[in-house]
Amino acid sequence: MPLTLERRVAPSKLMMFASPVIAIILTLIAGAIILLFLGKDPANGLYVFFVEPLTQAWSLEEILVKTIPLALIAAGLTICFTANVWNIGAEGQFILGAIAGATIPVLLPDLQGPHTLPLMMMLGFMGGMFFALIPALFKVRFGANEILTSLMLVYVAELILDYFVRGPWRDPAGLNFPKTIDFNEWASMPIIGADRLNIGLYIAIAVAFILLFFMGRTFQGFGIKLAGQAPKAAKFAGFSRDKTVYLVLALSGGLAGLAGIIEVAGPINQLRPAISPGYGFTAIIVAFLGRLNPVGALIAAFILSITYIGAENAQIFLKITNKITSVFQGILLFFVLACDTLIYYRLRLKARMNEVRS
Amino acid sequence: MSVDIIFAIAVTIMTAATPLLIAAIGELVVERSGVLNLGVEGMMIIGAIAGFAGAQLMGSATAGILFAVGAGMLLSAFFALLVLVMAANQVATGLSITLLGLGLSGLIGNAYIGLPGLKLPKMDIPGLTDLPLIGNLLFGHDILVYASFALAFGVSWFLFKTRSGLILRAVGDNHSSAHAIGYPVLLVRFLAILFGGACAGLAGAYLSLSYTTQWIEGMSAGRGWIALALVVFASWRPMRAIAGAYLFGSVLILQFHAQALGIKVPTQLLSALPYIATILVLILISRNRRLIQSNTPACLGLPFVADK
Repeated sequence: MPLTLERRVAPSKLMMFASPVIAIILTLIAGAIILLFLGKDPANGLYVFFVEPLTQAWSLEEILVKTIPLALIAAGLTICFTANVWNIGAEGQFILGAIAGATIPVLLPDLQGPHTLPLMMMLGFMGGMFFALIPALFKVRFGANEILTSLMLVYVAELILDYFVRGPWRDPAGLNFPKTIDFNEWASMPIIGADRLNIGLYIAIAVAFILLFFMGRTFQGFGIKLAGQAPKAAKFAGFSRDKTVYLVLALSGGLAGLAGIIEVAGPINQLRPAISPGYGFTAIIVAFLGRLNPVGALIAAFILSITYIGAENAQIFLKITNKITSVFQGILLFFVLACDTLIYYRLRLKARMNEVRS
Repeated sequence: MSVDIIFAIAVTIMTAATPLLIAAIGELVVERSGVLNLGVEGMMIIGAIAGFAGAQLMGSATAGILFAVGAGMLLSAFFALLVLVMAANQVATGLSITLLGLGLSGLIGNAYIGLPGLKLPKMDIPGLTDLPLIGNLLFGHDILVYASFALAFGVSWFLFKTRSGLILRAVGDNHSSAHAIGYPVLLVRFLAILFGGACAGLAGAYLSLSYTTQWIEGMSAGRGWIALALVVFASWRPMRAIAGAYLFGSVLILQFHAQALGIKVPTQLLSALPYIATILVLILISRNRRLIQSNTPACLGLPFVADK
């Protein structure tokens, strides 16, 4: 192995801030190469993909619309991953939150008033929370790996949603389309932008800062960090590992559920078989790009959100399938992880050093 | 229900179990070396499209297999680069490989949607295949069905009966000691990861060249994840993986036969069965903590950096 790692005496402060930036630059370079392979002009392609969305008011608003679910889900995931608990089923918790919150506008459409939306959001949070507590329970009680159980539940959640919108909750006046009735005015998120941007943005920002405070300034937050970095020390200090597992999964599941109900009560305004272009999975990348910091995740959510709008642009102007979004996202996570190593390690060329010595 | 139908169902279970078994055996070797690769789903789907496209390109389904294996290995090499050279977090890196695989397969596969595919030839043995009942069960499958069993037996022999297998397990159980004795920890893991990638690619090829002979986006449908659960179910033993794969294969097939058997439940519930079954099986097996603890490679998921 010509390259070896050498542990730094102290984590590099410079790399902590530089690593996400370097990762993004490397992703752009890789993106240019892929565009070249697809026979497109890379400079123009990258412009259409990453810059064009930022130049127009409508697309900027759409970026913010998609930032809301990404930031909310990722904020919860940063806590989870910090505790070394791997919830990768946020997509399912998002869907269950949407279903739970939608019970009010779908089943009780007459329940209208200023209390409707807060009630829906509470239900959404609880729906996601309970769905995330399933892998938590299985992990604590039976030692079942939460990565696999939470992921399996994503498929289950998608099928539950499918069942409701095609079965009991289908809009009777919907020409047999698999969808529920439109949510009434009281059950819709108030708009703060020109078109579809809603108050969810404020909620996402507030959640990010509350969690930042929670992790940095409270005893519980300290316990979660300790559980991730030094599980034995956490145990000796009296922090229950089981409680931490329940807490972080409940919190991240709840926030994913909240994101779910905000999405269906906002831009979508009804339930359909597909309500997410994979926000729950993209949020994993967001959490890492944000260096597992809730406010960092807020910024990262905005950046990842550009790739969704960029892909729509690319589909129209460059005739590239929007599958390229997940390619870019996968590459980005890949580089983020590679660059994070440089915070703690230096890369050395081993072979060359040996040659010099001998 | 006639005996014929039971045997017909048994044959379909075989087709569902084969890709699970191949992918699980690959991941089993990777995990035995102490590395957790959550990229199985991504490597499988990239194998499926590479196999399909390769077969179109070369005009031969068998040639498609080579493309699938190569593609799976290539993707696993990226994984190895990150977790071995850069000592990156294995869980997150595996996820990035899955996302990348799903995206790339969609990008490449766009041109192949709706095209008729090529099917792997059946290995008919005149006389034997025509035997009543067991003829169809034991003979006349494509090469990958037999390869899946050969892999399971071969890996079992390798892990527990050869010196190299012992070294691989030593690296997975205690990488510091293995390093101190002088075994090349990272090289062993690199080879294990490549083997896992090859198997996942092969499993993908089975999906697009035999199970269904067309390219469907996202056609792996969580099978890579089920294969990961299978490794736990098998408690890291290849022979038990055969049993597990056929158990899960039966559940996967159940949804297609349930209606024929007159079972009236929502289709969504039937589709959810394999995933629910995976969770239940994980719980049941994980409850037996002694079994899990005595078989789990002790260094599973831990990065290794040699001290100077």
